[in-house]
Amino acid sequence: MSLNEQVLSYPIPNDTALEPPAEWAELRGTCPVAHVKLPSGDQATLLTRYADVKQVLADPRFTRQLNAPDAARLSAEGGGVFNSEIATIIPDGGEEHQHWRRLVGRWFTAKRMAALRPSMTAIAEQLIDDMVKRGQPGDLKAGLGFPLPVYVICDMLGVPAADRDRFSYWSDTLLNLTRYTQAEIEAAQGEFFQYMSDHLAAKRAEPGEDLLSELIAVGGPEDGGLADIQILVTGMALLVAGHETTANMIGKMVSMLLADRSRWERLLADPSLIRTAVEETLRLDANSGFGLPRYLREETEVSGTVLPRGTTVVCSMAAANRDESAFEAAAEMDLSRSPNPHLSFGTGAHSCLGQALARTELQVVLEVLLRRLPALELAVPVEELERVEGLAVGGLRTVPVRW
Amino acid sequence: MKVTVDEDKCCGAGQCVLIAPEVFDQREDDGVVILLEPEPGADQHVLVREAAAVCPAAAIEVSEEA
Repeated sequence: MSLNEQVLSYPIPNDTALEPPAEWAELRGTCPVAHVKLPSGDQATLLTRYADVKQVLADPRFTRQLNAPDAARLSAEGGGVFNSEIATIIPDGGEEHQHWRRLVGRWFTAKRMAALRPSMTAIAEQLIDDMVKRGQPGDLKAGLGFPLPVYVICDMLGVPAADRDRFSYWSDTLLNLTRYTQAEIEAAQGEFFQYMSDHLAAKRAEPGEDLLSELIAVGGPEDGGLADIQILVTGMALLVAGHETTANMIGKMVSMLLADRSRWERLLADPSLIRTAVEETLRLDANSGFGLPRYLREETEVSGTVLPRGTTVVCSMAAANRDESAFEAAAEMDLSRSPNPHLSFGTGAHSCLGQALARTELQVVLEVLLRRLPALELAVPVEELERVEGLAVGGLRTVPVRW
Repeated sequence: MKVTVDEDKCCGAGQCVLIAPEVFDQREDDGVVILLEPEPGADQHVLVREAAAVCPAAAIEVSEEA
């Protein structure tokens, strides 16, 4: 049976940690608008071609209103972050969304990120020192990849990094589509909401120089600011987004570069390739997670196929990033590829707000690792790297390394 | 080379500033693009083309006519 006739399970099972499933190329070639069955049992439409994914992510008719009554649920337990009520409090489109985006976006400009570089570098060096002291082999994910972005986002939001274990758990319940029961998810979200509410009350009483204090200082909607509930949800969303995404990408990036050590050696010989190498690992991340779901409010055509109103579409940016019609030698890792218009941060008005932060963190980590641990290598064969299962954002369980 | 930017489309991703900081900047109060150099010199052309190609909002237009 061809992919055109069967209903694929999605996410597509994949035994390898870093390689794409064979189905991607077949879907792009012969079935670019595919029926898939989600973990909930609900059906959705999967897009894998670059042009289609790019078009849909930039088209406001494809909304993020995954809480609509007839939208597909991602998992039996509801679907975590995508189906959550939380997603509806931040404006989805139009001027209201742009207003929110610009109020928050000022904190994530390239210049602000450049100003954070020295402190990020110092954190990375400290974490590497600690990892080296514990002896080899070490887990680069637990020792560096995970803590670094958490320290940075906690600092930006003015929340204590000492509470990071709780944030990690709350993030995980929002982002893990299969691990937790509905009761566990609700309890965790209740605690998280209360924590952020208390944190904002403390910031109101005693403002700091952090993002949340400044959002409060702008005033309410009548003053051009955000409603209290929007500030609260923005804080929760940034804390979650600042956690799993870059944290997992650090481990995947280093694994991809060490999987063929000639890549690492090329970067040692020419560190000016760090920027384009980071982009190329983002493009080729075959374990990027679920992709981006969208809910269609009106009938629309994609790649010549009519999608009825009420369709839930899943955009696989990772599959699109390997589309030969968009990238020359798309399956090859070219550390100097330029331009590299990959879709790993999405595209259009909703593309990742924190992308300059993520890029800067990835560049800093790579720069410090090349300088401090030039002999770095994987401590296990690539085949033994294992994926984290069930997470909306893909990652590796551990990244064992020697140096 | 002539460069134009669309402030309404701009989503503040900052890619242009990371790639070509001599040609692009972002406003401090909302992250929207500022065009520093509408007719950049030849040494900037490769970077400007890259910035335009990867802008997630397609907010940068490059005209190659002198």
